[in-house]
Amino acid sequence: MKKFYQLVFVLFTAAPVFAADAGFNLKEIAPGIFVHQGQMVAERTPANMGDQANIGFIVGEKCVATLDAGGSMKVGLLLREAIKKTTPKPICYVINSHVHPDHMFGNPAFKADNVVFIGHERLAKGAAARSNNYTNSLKRDLGEVAEGSELTPPTQTIKAGETLDLDIGGRKLQIQAWPVGHTDNDISVLDEQTQTLWLSDLLFIDHVPAMDGSIPGWLKVIADLKKIPAKMVIPGHGPVTAPWPSAIEPEERYLTKVADGVRKALKDKLTIQEAIEGVAWDEKDKWTQFEQFHRRTVTATYAELEWEE
Amino acid sequence: MTWTKAVDVKELAVFNQSLMRGIVAGLLGLCVVAFAADPIPDGNQSEVWQKVRKSYFEGRTIIDDTDGKVVALNAPKRAEDASTVPVQIKTGLNQTKERFIQKLYLFIDANPSPVAAIFTFTPESGRADIDTRVRIEAYSHMRAVAEMNDGKLYMATHYIKAAGGCSAANGTLPDYANFQPKLKFKVDPNVEKDQPTIAQLMINHPNASPLVKDQVTHLFQPAYYVRTINVSYAGKQIMSADVDFSISENPNFRFYFTPNGDGELRAEVLDTKDVKVESFVKITPTSGKY
Repeated sequence: MKKFYQLVFVLFTAAPVFAADAGFNLKEIAPGIFVHQGQMVAERTPANMGDQANIGFIVGEKCVATLDAGGSMKVGLLLREAIKKTTPKPICYVINSHVHPDHMFGNPAFKADNVVFIGHERLAKGAAARSNNYTNSLKRDLGEVAEGSELTPPTQTIKAGETLDLDIGGRKLQIQAWPVGHTDNDISVLDEQTQTLWLSDLLFIDHVPAMDGSIPGWLKVIADLKKIPAKMVIPGHGPVTAPWPSAIEPEERYLTKVADGVRKALKDKLTIQEAIEGVAWDEKDKWTQFEQFHRRTVTATYAELEWEE
Repeated sequence: MTWTKAVDVKELAVFNQSLMRGIVAGLLGLCVVAFAADPIPDGNQSEVWQKVRKSYFEGRTIIDDTDGKVVALNAPKRAEDASTVPVQIKTGLNQTKERFIQKLYLFIDANPSPVAAIFTFTPESGRADIDTRVRIEAYSHMRAVAEMNDGKLYMATHYIKAAGGCSAANGTLPDYANFQPKLKFKVDPNVEKDQPTIAQLMINHPNASPLVKDQVTHLFQPAYYVRTINVSYAGKQIMSADVDFSISENPNFRFYFTPNGDGELRAEVLDTKDVKVESFVKITPTSGKY
């Protein structure tokens, strides 16, 4: 089972400049761009409501677009409340970065606003296939607090490799749908006005990159991402902002090391188990949650790369 | 050998289906308790195992092979990815005409279809070792039962913590309607004559579990998996397997064969759509160092 919800994050030092209420931090990282940092917890619990991903919103002159919706309906409602306290402008878009539950389960909180849900062309299919598993494990972890959470599918989609320009009044958001990388349905959002790039889980900082797509694919996506002349990026986990492109170097190093290590293991005719125990373990002390995610990343990469040649 | 119960694919499917009727209903419940920190339960008390045992080995003694003299089962204690759990069945003897393992059963108690695979070997196999990858639906005992040519049964047991592998969607969600399975062999080019030699058969196939539910249509995806595998060398049977969706996407098997001269290592694979795929590699063994 895909376990992308058990995430631990390192401390970040920036203090929130604004709090919607005592429990919901929010920071304006650039004019009109607000980011909430997901909680630094190992497990989802009723107390943390599955609030583990960095989520946020961008305020235009016309309306507001959210950046993901959080790990449960409850987190989505807190995000909505924070928006309402920040601006009187209506919410018109919920942009979903990818299918993972810690980013998407808050979607239904915005149904009443008649928003357009925007996502990758493969998001609906992925959400439909995983909904059962994700919902059951959310209920297992949150109990009644999970109530109302669902992977509301996109109402407007973007084809892989294409971009969509979204005008929210006085500022243009360039949304790009990527080929298979972290998942098979990743998108990024560039706010042209401030040159701020929202990468969500295409960028892991401190937390070991969790792979649910393809490492060779992800490395190609990273090569293209690095060409985007952003000033600042927003990762899916960890600090709410980071410098660009240097922030992606550790992730790129790790993914390259896993891919090269697995290719060598295949060349040396090692079994999958030998590869799991042998590849890229020198990265262990450089990341949090390494043991939990690294083995499955090597497993999946071995199963993919053995078909190369 | 009247005690040797021939198990054909149809029988395997019917057996699994009848168990599934009882178990699928409780499947979501299994997911809910999946990661609780339970102690390892007594494998002999497993209700599913009692049924399986009765169905396949009624009235027969099964020797608990705790030190792996005949059969050992190696798998991780906790699987990070329940949809791809590496499993190694290691046997403690070379296959000879006088003494050989003729069948290897792989059971996963908590899976909706607990009979994961039934392998058949011959003396020509050289060894009856098997490496493969399986899906694990819940914390479960796994068992490898080796049946000798004299009918003796040996069992190795392993308890694994992993959950959700059968009802987890395949990563890339292929278009099943237009899928054409592909086979690939991997064999070391330097094969030595008369020596048990390892070979790997890779099958590009979604091996789709029927337990993945589409939340838009509310339908379970159709079962679409590999049913049988037959491997021969120079026309003689080496290894055959009756399998199902407990085997991971892109089924993968490492096994032995003994090349006693030039020949073709040939595989025939049949899936649930009755699509048959074949592949072979030509082997020219060297006569060895002596």
